[in-house]
Amino acid sequence: MSVLIFLDQSEGQIKKSSLEAACYAAKVAEQLSTTAEAIILGNVTDDLTAIGNYGIKKVHTVKNDALNQMDAQVFTKVIAEAATKLGAKVIIFSNNFNGKAIAPRLSVRLKAGLVSGAVALPDTSNGFTVKKNVFSGKAFANVSITTDTKIISLNPNSFSTTKTDAVAEVADFAATVDTSKVQVTSTDKVVGEIPLSEAEIVVSGGRGLKGPENWAMVTDLAKLLGAATACSRPVSDSDWRPHHEHVGQTGLAIAPNLYIAIGISGAIQHLAGVNRSKVIVVINKDPEAPFFKAADYGIVGDAFEVMPKIIEAVKKLKQA
Amino acid sequence: MKILVCISKTPDTTAKIAFADNNTKFASDGVQWIINPYDEWYALVRAIELKEADPSTVIHLVTVGAADCDPIIRKALALGGDEAFRVNADSSDSFYIASQIADVAKKGSYDLVFTGKETIDYNGSSIGGMVAELLDLPYVSYAAKFDLEGNNAVIVREIEGGEETNKVSLPLVVSCQKGMAEQRIPNMKGIMGARSKPLTAVEPVAVDTLTAIASFELPPAKAGVKLVSPDTPEELVRLLHEEAKAI
Ligand SMILES: Cc1cc2nc3c(=O)[nH]c(=O)nc-3n(C[C@H](O)[C@H](O)[C@H](O)COP(=O)(O)OP(=O)(O)OC[C@H]3O[C@@H](n4cnc5c(N)ncnc54)[C@H](O)[C@@H]3O)c2cc1C
Ligand SMILES: Nc1ncnc2c1ncn2[C@@H]1O[C@H](COP(=O)(O)O)[C@@H](O)[C@H]1O
Repeated sequence: MSVLIFLDQSEGQIKKSSLEAACYAAKVAEQLSTTAEAIILGNVTDDLTAIGNYGIKKVHTVKNDALNQMDAQVFTKVIAEAATKLGAKVIIFSNNFNGKAIAPRLSVRLKAGLVSGAVALPDTSNGFTVKKNVFSGKAFANVSITTDTKIISLNPNSFSTTKTDAVAEVADFAATVDTSKVQVTSTDKVVGEIPLSEAEIVVSGGRGLKGPENWAMVTDLAKLLGAATACSRPVSDSDWRPHHEHVGQTGLAIAPNLYIAIGISGAIQHLAGVNRSKVIVVINKDPEAPFFKAADYGIVGDAFEVMPKIIEAVKKLKQA
Repeated sequence: MKILVCISKTPDTTAKIAFADNNTKFASDGVQWIINPYDEWYALVRAIELKEADPSTVIHLVTVGAADCDPIIRKALALGGDEAFRVNADSSDSFYIASQIADVAKKGSYDLVFTGKETIDYNGSSIGGMVAELLDLPYVSYAAKFDLEGNNAVIVREIEGGEETNKVSLPLVVSCQKGMAEQRIPNMKGIMGARSKPLTAVEPVAVDTLTAIASFELPPAKAGVKLVSPDTPEELVRLLHEEAKAI
């Protein structure tokens, strides 16, 4: 019996959200008095022994060019084969795009109950119950998994990573790899920018900024803070900003450490995508803006006057 | 072309979230129910557009739920579905729901199964993948664009930090999100026509459940906002650095 984590990689590098899930897996293994192992598919350039830093004892690699593209059908079969051979009783994913595509298929294939969007360690005091986000961040559900094998996919940014200097053993795993029925004809990644879903700090602008020509106050601050940029729905609907920046009920749901909202009213559908952020800062000229109710810090003021001063102060802080 | 669109019922996006029966049930009193936005705006409307481009297309709808789902299904029929099935079962277990949908899908031999990217109440993002595995079909998740080229689907799907274009031959399962289509409002003709469209209640197939909701809880209330004067915005930066340790 062991805990198995699927390490998600992109262009040979392990995603940050997977490192978080690795720490989570190590803790689950500790709870169950067993060890955590990992599986990684495709060709990897990262040093895999370093996964030991996050509490993983052994990494199983399935090196195969066909696995450099994620196809949920092909990946599921490989992971199922490994989970069965390794006797994994709990399988952990990051609840990112790939996790959301693979974990449900694996749940069916192994007939293992799945909790997706977990935010805390399982409670094993009476059965096996996992806390997850429901109602778009407005509540939690404690879901018990009633099958012998269990699958958890962990929401990004909901578990903190800790590192040691332990190293992991790395071994090849021989698996049957099917030919994908999905052909990837092109990939379009925003380079040089921090993906919104993985960002620890997000600076976001709304209709209060009046037009795309005023966005420097958002992008400048983001650059200084090493943050990703986001926006409200009307902003992306009016093409002031690209669609992938839209957060909220109908856009992306994020949970950064810090979310700075400038000129956004804080409509319930916007909050649904950002209310899991640890610290929320709101800058809005209307003291009645609903966003202030969800905020930790705020300034009631005109963004056009306040933002230049904030940017100056951050510059000073970063130079200090 | 035969398309099956999965329709789920969710509380309105502005509904107050509260729980009853010792926090084991969603308190549905006074809640307005809607079609899950992703199912309606994107999955269903894109299916309707495909039918407009090729009128021989047939759109079936499936919902797993009790009779109180019927108004939602009628609305989906009014928007443009041709025929609907409601599997008469009430469950929160994704595997159970997916198994019911897969059973309907097998009987109807569809070229395409569309789901929403997630339900806004359960936030599972799971049903599409599960249905695909149950049917042993390819699954493309988080599709933002969907087009047909002969017997192939050309799909733009969201990936971490970008997009990817996929080409897949039918049949397949697709989960749909923003970008696929634009929201529509049913017109009078659609609403009148929906009344006579077939809506069949079918009995569920016997399958196990793999999970159960033990309880719900609300997040702890925020302490309240700490306001900084607009005359000293640099104070905000200090607080974020020293107090919140967020920058
Ligand atoms: C089903 C549904 C789903 C939706 N999904 C989403 C979603 O996913 N994401 C989303 O964002 N919205 C969503 N919406 C829309 C949402 O209801 C709001 O309309 C939207 O979030 C408002 O965007 P906003 O705050 O940028 O604009 P507004 O509501 O126009 O607010 C602008 C704010 O800027 C402030 N302001 C103006 N000038 C200044 C200034 N000089 N300095 C500082 N502040 C200023 C104003 O006081 C105001 O509070 C959805 C709506 C529905 C019905
Ligand atoms: N009870 C249901 N009946 C029919 N379709 C459903 C049901 N629940 C979920 N779905 C479909 O599956 C998608 C994803 O749901 P979920 O995995 O619960 O987030 C939804 O957007 C619907 O298209």
